[in-house]
Amino acid sequence: MNKNQKRKANPKTLKRVGKMLFEFYPVLLPVTLVCILIASAAALIPDIFIKNVIEVISKWSDTSNWNEASKTIIPMMILLASIYAVSLIATIVHTQLTAIITQGALAKFRNKMFSGMQNLPIKYFDTHKHGDIMSHYTNDIDTLRQLISQAIPSVLRAGTIVICVFCYMLYLSIWMTLILTLGVVAMIFVSKKLGGGSSKFFIRQQKSLGVTEGYIQEMMNGQKVVKVFCREEESKKDFDKLNNALFNDSFKAHAYANALGPIIMNIGNVLYVIMAVAGGVFYLLNIRNVGLSMDPVFSIATAVTFLNMTRQFTGNVNQCTQQINSIVMAMAGAERLFELMDEIPEEDDGYVTLVNAKLGSDGNIVETKEHTGMWAWKHPHSDGSITYTQLKGDVRMVDVDFGYKENKKVLHNVTLYAEPGQKVAFVGATGAGKTTITNLINRFYDISDGKIRYDGININKIKKSDLRSSLGIVLQETNLFTGTVLDNIRYGRLDATDEECFEAAKFAGADDFITRLPDGYDTQLNNNGSNLSQGQRQLIAIARAAVADPPVMILDEATSSIDTRTEAIVQKGMDKLMEGRTVFVIAHRLSTVKNSDVIMVLEKGSIIERGTHQMLIDEKGMYYQLYTGAFELE
Amino acid sequence: MIKKLAGCIKEYKTATILTLLFIVGEAIVETLIPFITADLVNSIQSGIEMNEIFKTGGILVVMALLSLACGGLAAATCSKAAAGFAKNMRKDMFYRIQKFTFENIDRFSSSSLVTRMTTDVTNVQMAFMMLIRTALRCPLMLIFSIIMAYIMGGALASAFVIVVPVLVFGLLMVSRKAMPAFQRVFKKYDRLNESIEENVRGMRVVKGFSREEYEKEKFQKASSEICNEFTRAERIVALNNPLMQLCMNFNSVFILLIGSKMAILHLNNIGVGQISAMLTYGVQILMSLMMLSMVYVMITISAESMKRIYEVLAEEPSLKIADKPVTSVKDGSIDFDNVNFKYNKKAKRYALADIDLHIKSGMTVGIIGGTGSSKSSLVQLIPRLYDTTDGTVKVGGIDVKDYDIKSLRDAVAMVLQKNLLFSGTIADNLRWGNENATDEELKEACRLACADEFIETFPDKYDTKIEQGGTNVSGGQKQRLCIARALLKKPKILILDDSTSAVDTKTDAMIRAGFKSYIPETTKIIIAQRISSVQDADMIIIMNNGEISDIGTHAELLESSEIYREIYEQQTNGGDDNE
Repeated sequence: MNKNQKRKANPKTLKRVGKMLFEFYPVLLPVTLVCILIASAAALIPDIFIKNVIEVISKWSDTSNWNEASKTIIPMMILLASIYAVSLIATIVHTQLTAIITQGALAKFRNKMFSGMQNLPIKYFDTHKHGDIMSHYTNDIDTLRQLISQAIPSVLRAGTIVICVFCYMLYLSIWMTLILTLGVVAMIFVSKKLGGGSSKFFIRQQKSLGVTEGYIQEMMNGQKVVKVFCREEESKKDFDKLNNALFNDSFKAHAYANALGPIIMNIGNVLYVIMAVAGGVFYLLNIRNVGLSMDPVFSIATAVTFLNMTRQFTGNVNQCTQQINSIVMAMAGAERLFELMDEIPEEDDGYVTLVNAKLGSDGNIVETKEHTGMWAWKHPHSDGSITYTQLKGDVRMVDVDFGYKENKKVLHNVTLYAEPGQKVAFVGATGAGKTTITNLINRFYDISDGKIRYDGININKIKKSDLRSSLGIVLQETNLFTGTVLDNIRYGRLDATDEECFEAAKFAGADDFITRLPDGYDTQLNNNGSNLSQGQRQLIAIARAAVADPPVMILDEATSSIDTRTEAIVQKGMDKLMEGRTVFVIAHRLSTVKNSDVIMVLEKGSIIERGTHQMLIDEKGMYYQLYTGAFELE
Repeated sequence: MIKKLAGCIKEYKTATILTLLFIVGEAIVETLIPFITADLVNSIQSGIEMNEIFKTGGILVVMALLSLACGGLAAATCSKAAAGFAKNMRKDMFYRIQKFTFENIDRFSSSSLVTRMTTDVTNVQMAFMMLIRTALRCPLMLIFSIIMAYIMGGALASAFVIVVPVLVFGLLMVSRKAMPAFQRVFKKYDRLNESIEENVRGMRVVKGFSREEYEKEKFQKASSEICNEFTRAERIVALNNPLMQLCMNFNSVFILLIGSKMAILHLNNIGVGQISAMLTYGVQILMSLMMLSMVYVMITISAESMKRIYEVLAEEPSLKIADKPVTSVKDGSIDFDNVNFKYNKKAKRYALADIDLHIKSGMTVGIIGGTGSSKSSLVQLIPRLYDTTDGTVKVGGIDVKDYDIKSLRDAVAMVLQKNLLFSGTIADNLRWGNENATDEELKEACRLACADEFIETFPDKYDTKIEQGGTNVSGGQKQRLCIARALLKKPKILILDDSTSAVDTKTDAMIRAGFKSYIPETTKIIIAQRISSVQDADMIIIMNNGEISDIGTHAELLESSEIYREIYEQQTNGGDDNE
């Protein structure tokens, strides 16, 4: 059961799902629907035939003349069999097509969601819990599957049957129909009441399941602490309390839900008796029948047919009410899916692109197809001319203001220059704005005020994908992807040859441990490389950045979760990687930033100190205090 | 496996048996109903008096009520039995896990244990409910219906002889073909979802390298592959419906045709009522078969969950408790006599090799070494979190295996590297160390751990709520609280496993100074990254690749140990590492 099931279903959502399905399957979908209608209408056939057969039986029963009777009955049966055949074919077609459409449509929905998600701004991922995003792909897609494969076909089928049966019943006898309808209304009422009770307890069950799960999670994570403190008995006691509460809610929820079946069925049975008695009364007392058939005689055949239809009718009305519930639930899921799909994608109106370049004969920069190692910004101007600027890695920020929320600035008047090849370090407490600055350089976020120039070009004019390709990033939290080590390194540049990847790994100092892995570069990494140590993962991330060979690097706390001994090894890789590039470094450990060209000390979004290590030490300010260990960075 | 799991039913056996009884009752009544209805129909047809109709109608209503009672009661008892079964499974697992040793815990990831205790248990609960409700009911309905059909219809019932085997065979074929296909595709589907999670988590990397298009392609390929396999599996299952329909259709044509002939010729007492009842029995028989195949599928699906639950229940705690355990620890001396240790018996390499180490009570011992040098493994042997592979570890001169576990661990307080606070107030968390600690004692411990200063700045002081996982205090504050919690045990041995890494050097020094003056009797073992945290210890142990590479004081090691010198130089030249 979904958390947000309380949300009212929006009819527009259903329409939109329908429209999308129709777009995906403009031919198959109508065929399926028609087949469902045919198959459901055919469900009524036996009742009509039973009536006719009974009439024949009644007619010939006294004389026991099978020969005469068979003349009507056998053709009737052949007709019945052929109608069955048609209905069977329709059923095969619609069930097979439903399977195809359901899975196909789900795949298309998934692809649409995923593709759309790739183009969303980082902000979306920063402001939504990953678990919530994931639940779109699991829970919400699942409700959609229920909707397409079960709820809609069932409602369609049951609805058609109910309407057909109802019409036929009216045709037979209005009085009897009236009695049955009253009974069915009462039945729906009871099932609604019970269903309401059961869903109340299901919500409670869900809640206590959540609480218990939370407790289990906490205890499982802290199991070692529990052992160290010998708290086993206490945790058992706490657990028992929650577990018993869960048992109670679960018991009640299921008891209600399970009772619904027998209750509905036996109301059906009682209705059946009522109909039988009513039929008997009508027949025996020879009450004048009123029906659309205009047959004034209430025959035994009519009575028996009515009895058979009683079950059809009640069963399908129930089917309808139940499935409508699941449609409502599915709508809530679909709505959440559309929320993800309707997120506004990251805008990219940059027109300055990154191209391979070489120096022409006259010393000018010319564009070229092959990879030369030299890059240039291709800048088309409004007058149709194109200029090329060599990519150097010169980054300047002037008076930059920024806030993640409009009314809350986190950066104030940040001005900095990073010349090609310089190493710029940011130091400061968590929340001082270090990472924010790097988020602005690669345009994960856009500045509110001020300007950022990259090789003299306003970064807003640069195509985002090209801007980011020119910036390498290594983050504290290394994210590796499922695949081989080689695949992960190649992620930096997809067209890199195996040799180039090996080179990059050697360069980063990762080759040594990779070759010692069981399958070397072909070792499969799963679950974010959980089979590697933190340091090893970081080395792969560095190799990945190295293979991309960008002129500008951003190293955000790249070594802070590694112990000092391992860091020494990683640091060598990093130092090599930084050579000849513009580098922005964020680090907690001051040892890693000591040799920077400029160190910026940030506090609450402003640069409060800047200079080289020596200058800042002499200044005896914040940096000095941090360096001597008088302050704790948190 | 089934036996072990069935053991969890325990006090809900009565409910389970009652359910079965009620279900039998319901099944009997339900199969009788069409029988009586046939009478009713016939009596209407033959024009008997209204009294007769009311009488039969009355019987029918009574039967409906009876069936309702049985059904309703069964609903209650089966829900109780299933929920109780689930409760006991969770309880048994949780209790079993409380008995786990570190070795057992290492074998299961915590998230997998959570899944086992929630999703898997729910799956089994549902399967169990379905099992006790339908497993008996369906075969019974099947048998009763066939019997009744023969009693009533005689030759007419032979329709079922043809249809039932066809349907059984068909359903079996479908489930046998579809089940493995589904299991395969579900696994793939899980992997697809994992890859989405990976993508979401690594979005900064994806965007940083502008790999959006690449990711889309990769995803689409995996997604359409799954779509194809899913479609194939679902199309097999989709055959169930037409198969069922075919059987029902055959049934009704057969019964109508033969039935009408028999009725007209007055054979076997067949009348309109019997024909109509036979049609109902046909539906009941086929539905029961359909339900049985669903039960089969459900149980197959839950088999995987059952296996995973069983794994936890069958896991044997690996520590053996001594027969006559020693319950008091004399002092804080520690001896490692020729200890070898590996985490897994099959592992080739020892995590600790040839450890021979003697620590006198009251000493301060520093341990330093790179990641993977087995510093933590070494100290975890002291409170017997793991057992040695060879050799003995003695505390207070007695083998740790001879102690009562609780007494040993009360005397040896350990602050783990991956430490945790639990949801509750600060005071609640601290009292883990000593349940009966007075407020004064809490404050005292916090003063020693330098935690009092920040606790006092919180508006609720010691009653400040700690959120799950301790997310609302900083890393350094968390570490200090964990130290205070351990101090409250008033231990004979205190082990800090890299527990001050997020505390600044000044505070770190203050904590150590406090130890020296307030708990001089306690043996203190400090694992650290920072040389400054260990340099004034009585004894510093350098660990390298699972072996003790050097032991000595700061001055001695600067002379003799290359590793120590290397770390020292790196840290002094690079300034203090400040995390």
